[in-house]
Amino acid sequence: MIAAENLGKEFRDKHRGVIRAVANLTFRCAPGQVYGLLGANGAGKTTALRMLATILAPTSGTARVAGFDICREPEKARQNLGFRSTATALYGRLTALEMVEYFGRLHGLDQSSARRRTLALFERLAINDFRDRRCEALSTGIKQRVSIARTLVHDPPVMIFDEPTAGLDVISARTIVAFIRECKASGKTVVFSTHVMSEAEKLCDTIGIIHDGRLLAEGSLQDLRDRFCVTDLEEIFMRVVAG
Amino acid sequence: MNLRNIAVVYRKELKDSLRDRRTVISMIVVPIFLMPVLTIFVGVLSARLIGRALLQVPSVMIIGGENSPQILAALRAFPDVQVLPATPDYAQWIIDKKIRAAVELPADFDAIVARGDTARVRIDMYQGEINSGFGADKLQRFFRDFRERAIRERLDARRLPENLAEPLLVEETNVAPPEKVSGVVLGGLVPYFVIILSLTGTMYPAMDLTVGEKERGTIETILCSPISRTSLVLGKFLMVLTASLSTAALAIASMGLTLAAASQMLGGLSQVNSLGLQFQITPGAVIWVFVMVVPLAVLFSAALLAISLFAKSFKEAQSYLSPLTIVVIAPAIVSILPGVELNASLSLVPILNTSLVSKEIVSGTYHWNYIALIFGSSCVYAAVALWVAIRLFQREDVLFRI
Repeated sequence: MIAAENLGKEFRDKHRGVIRAVANLTFRCAPGQVYGLLGANGAGKTTALRMLATILAPTSGTARVAGFDICREPEKARQNLGFRSTATALYGRLTALEMVEYFGRLHGLDQSSARRRTLALFERLAINDFRDRRCEALSTGIKQRVSIARTLVHDPPVMIFDEPTAGLDVISARTIVAFIRECKASGKTVVFSTHVMSEAEKLCDTIGIIHDGRLLAEGSLQDLRDRFCVTDLEEIFMRVVAG
Repeated sequence: MNLRNIAVVYRKELKDSLRDRRTVISMIVVPIFLMPVLTIFVGVLSARLIGRALLQVPSVMIIGGENSPQILAALRAFPDVQVLPATPDYAQWIIDKKIRAAVELPADFDAIVARGDTARVRIDMYQGEINSGFGADKLQRFFRDFRERAIRERLDARRLPENLAEPLLVEETNVAPPEKVSGVVLGGLVPYFVIILSLTGTMYPAMDLTVGEKERGTIETILCSPISRTSLVLGKFLMVLTASLSTAALAIASMGLTLAAASQMLGGLSQVNSLGLQFQITPGAVIWVFVMVVPLAVLFSAALLAISLFAKSFKEAQSYLSPLTIVVIAPAIVSILPGVELNASLSLVPILNTSLVSKEIVSGTYHWNYIALIFGSSCVYAAVALWVAIRLFQREDVLFRI
């Protein structure tokens, strides 16, 4: 479960003064649900997700991740979430097995549990043949899967994806989309950001349209269609953003 | 802070770094081979150059002495120089290195000497130019022998004893033991290399573990793992410290072995023996130099980690760290300068204090009060640098600089 309450983030810039990246962001996402934050570049999606992942501290409001307050119990919140950014974020000189095991160990698993979980994930993702190969030598597709295994190794109940398909070819993007569907099917809480309308249409139970750091509209795809009397999500997005 | 998490991060960083060719080169290859290569290269090259210059018969010119056939004949017969015909622009010839030196004689040199008066002789040379120096030395030797002969002849003519012209003899005797004499020569050099190498050994790992994470995009994933940022930075810091200490240890060991080998090779040379030099560092000195370098390595590791973290890219980090080498080299060089002695004030100046005390240790002098003061103050600086590095890892504006 993720519950954000008036989440806000301001940055101070020497030249531009105070920049409000996110303001009063409030939303909920239940287990087995996918919540999509839809917004243009610079809308505040990444900042919002980084706050939920406790990478950035909110300047106002708070959120609960798997029941833990991100401000008061950030380490417990982190224990219960898997975060995947645009980049595969792999250490090139580690083998796929070492890479995923390392993240298992960082999440508190002992050596044997981390090994067991990693091998099970490799089996499931069909990358066992590549486990002893250094990440820098893997193909893009295999890297995506290793990155997925890294996110899942501690079996978190909450998953956060920041523009997970940005810059990927169709095949790699489909791997990610299938993975998000799997997470939903296994009862995980999934929040992800995107600016790809079709992705949001396919995956989300709830869509939140974010612009200039504010959540301007929220609802299921059908709710939004009914409210704006159009079927095309892109058209809905443009109307919301235009105010 | 959790020791288990620090160990997990440290092991991963160590494994990762040892697979990186650039880190292995700066951490292992350079400290092992730099000193032997430098010694062999510089030693062989300078021995060859000096040997060649010594064997060479320098070309010289004789200016003046027109009415002095005896001295001209003696100079021309002197086998250590080759006399070329004089030209008016002989000074330019020396500058152009066409001849090595020139000797200016009064026209009636022979007559002046025969009268028992003093003849003024001037040797023109190119100061600082080694071949010109050797040429001038050979002319000096010729005239020294000539003068001694002339004195003896004058004393004989007056039936006076030879020691009349030598009312006193001054002798210089070295009372310092050989390790102290060599300490003056090597003492500054050893810490200089060790300090520089322990800095350069940390540079690449410090950048790779901080700004490298930013460039690879792994910083976000590592920050949303449940380990505390303090544990994360300490794990990384320990890896950078390992690089610094292993570089320093290998550099010290390599220098010790190189100097021992050089001592064996040069031991037979009478010139070296007459100087009383002992090209050796005692095992005790090796251990103490290493002990004194430890807090400095902590300071370097923490400072480099903090500075690298501040950068947005590898390139930016390099532009921050490169000038730092000069900042470190400067005090290390100051410690080699003659007259710079260890005192209470200098014991508080980072880098310079370690360099000075290491110089003393290599020469066998242990000022325990200064050693304690330097170790203590270096530990304080190191702790401050580490604290800054940990604080920077908590700052979003540093971790996610745009």
